[in-house]
Amino acid sequence: MGESLDGVKGKRVVFVTVGTTCFDALVKVVDSQEVKDELLRRGYTNLLIQMGRGSYLPTKSTGDDGSLAVDYFTFSSSIAEYLKSASLVISHAGSGSIFETMRLGKPLIVVVNEDLMDNHQSELAEELAERKHLYCARPPTLHLTIASMDLKSLVPYSPGDATPVAKLINRFLGFPED
Amino acid sequence: MEKNTSCSFSNLSSNLGISCFIAFIAIILVRVIYVIYGTGKPLSKRSPQQALSTLIVLGSGGHTAEMINLLLVLQKDRFTPRFYIAASTDNMSLQKAHVLENSWADSQSGVKGISAEFMQIYRSREVGQSYVTSVWTTLVATVHALWLMIKIRPQVVLCNGPGTCFPLCVIAFIFKVIGIRWSSIFYVESIARVKKLSLSGLLLYKLQIADQFFVQWPQLQRKYPRAHYVGCLM
Repeated sequence: MGESLDGVKGKRVVFVTVGTTCFDALVKVVDSQEVKDELLRRGYTNLLIQMGRGSYLPTKSTGDDGSLAVDYFTFSSSIAEYLKSASLVISHAGSGSIFETMRLGKPLIVVVNEDLMDNHQSELAEELAERKHLYCARPPTLHLTIASMDLKSLVPYSPGDATPVAKLINRFLGFPED
Repeated sequence: MEKNTSCSFSNLSSNLGISCFIAFIAIILVRVIYVIYGTGKPLSKRSPQQALSTLIVLGSGGHTAEMINLLLVLQKDRFTPRFYIAASTDNMSLQKAHVLENSWADSQSGVKGISAEFMQIYRSREVGQSYVTSVWTTLVATVHALWLMIKIRPQVVLCNGPGTCFPLCVIAFIFKVIGIRWSSIFYVESIARVKKLSLSGLLLYKLQIADQFFVQWPQLQRKYPRAHYVGCLM
């Protein structure tokens, strides 16, 4: 009993999300022994993968033998709950997932999909990585990022503000300023 | 003699036709130049009660989240009625707009009903569709966009990057030229665009269709000086 309680307390979940996309390369790489070993070494206990429209199925594991517990699902209507319970988030480069994770103050590694034709998405991840709000990786280098990351050095993201746009729109249309 | 006059008459009529045509083109050109000149010029002062009908073009996921952040800070009594348009393949975005409108209706219960409408628009080309069939679907999508715009005739157009916004903005611009409706077009480039504009953004900027053009990263403003840098919306 005490053990299971401890287990819940000491649970450190890594949540992987690909959003509504198909990003098998990411699912495959987080399921690789290299990445799983590295996550275990960094003290994580559970790996939960939201795999979207991909076809690659990771190998489930209960983690009883001291290895990483692995579970997956395709979609969920409320990703927020999973994000909240995670200690680390590994996400595709969609702006929705990125900002939702940062708003919750969770450490984030964004993995850029190298197979996308129009790969403007890497722009955002790289810019935010330069500002130290997150780490940016590619599937082949993910294990290196996990090994070398220093989560304390990440800078919390302060949410943006749409009022400057609203002000300019109001001024343009001739509405009085309030 | 008779032959001669009829000949000169037909000459005259063809000349008249050509001059009419040239005059028509000239009028259209002058009008286009006038509209481009007027685009980007702020409107004259108005009272907060003079509400403007507003078209809001929604995109998928991230685009919609940014637009909703903007709508949350706009005065809803000034921008009313509101028409939301999303691609017919995208159900999530209109659902989010519904949730937003319902939350507004709840917060001011008692005041007259919600002034919002939700519409879907055909996409000209789905990802992976062949170019041959996309000629037909583009035609259908254009007619559909025109039909929706004739119904809405918005005074304000708000968009932030989905491909569907480009034909709608072009139609709004044509309405200005023909004099059907003068509208103000606001384009906010998506936060995902850090170094380069999206194709719709680039076209609306270069063709000077957008009255005001906003970017969320300083690098982009340096590249496109007519844009306003407004910081991140997210």
